Amino acid sequence: MLNPDSVGSTFAGTESIAVSQSEIDAFCAVVGESDTAIAPPTFTIRITLSQFEEILTRPNIGLDWSRLVHGDQKFEIFSPVKAGDQFTCSATIESYRVAAGNEIVTVRSDLHKGSELAVSAWSTLVVRA
Amino acid sequence: MIEVGTVLEERVFYLDRALLKQYADASGDQNPIHQNEEFAISVGLPNVIAHGMLTMALVGKYVSDFAGGSARVLEYSARFIKPVIVPAGEKVDVTVSATIAEIDGDKVSITLSATSAGVKVLGMAKAVVRI
Repeated sequence: MLNPDSVGSTFAGTESIAVSQSEIDAFCAVVGESDTAIAPPTFTIRITLSQFEEILTRPNIGLDWSRLVHGDQKFEIFSPVKAGDQFTCSATIESYRVAAGNEIVTVRSDLHKGSELAVSAWSTLVVRA
Repeated sequence: MIEVGTVLEERVFYLDRALLKQYADASGDQNPIHQNEEFAISVGLPNVIAHGMLTMALVGKYVSDFAGGSARVLEYSARFIKPVIVPAGEKVDVTVSATIAEIDGDKVSITLSATSAGVKVLGMAKAVVRI
């Protein structure tokens, strides 16, 4: 179970995450995007989901990642993502509830490029009973 | 010329097991429910299912193309309401269309529809782009 004291808190992720052209190319290839200068709009899930896993499964937070399904997803993109970008990533646990034994947690990730907020991404994650 | 209520042209994307593997590598999501049929069935799924985020990525391509490039996509959201089931050796469809919901200066909001085998797979899907 998620530690209820963590709701409303923001947790820092890995110090700095670099985006490479080969990562963008691989993502573009899946969707058939020929313009690889800008990352596709959902590209940053590659960063945020692994950061969420690292942060939310820490012993003091305690989410069970093995029973997780993805409920919904939202991106707000303030600055297009390109190769060479360096991000810091935080995770804020915005809401948490238990319904029929399922844990439903909404986490926001803010990707900063230096001091500039580049992308905010919200994931609602459901831990099945 | 677009106006509120305009329905955008439908487009069909196709998924197969190879694309699921390719997306797993591109996204880093190696959950076996998207690759291993035996495992997927063991956890109560009908078969291997596509990553919800793969469906969202394909619909995202539709959004980028409408906008005139990924750099013009400002917001994009969706709810995963039904899995896209991908049996071995088959190509399954994700059929996408959209309607113009709002125009505010150079910002255009669209609501998106995505179905697979006739079943709605994304709910509340919408995007805001800069035209």
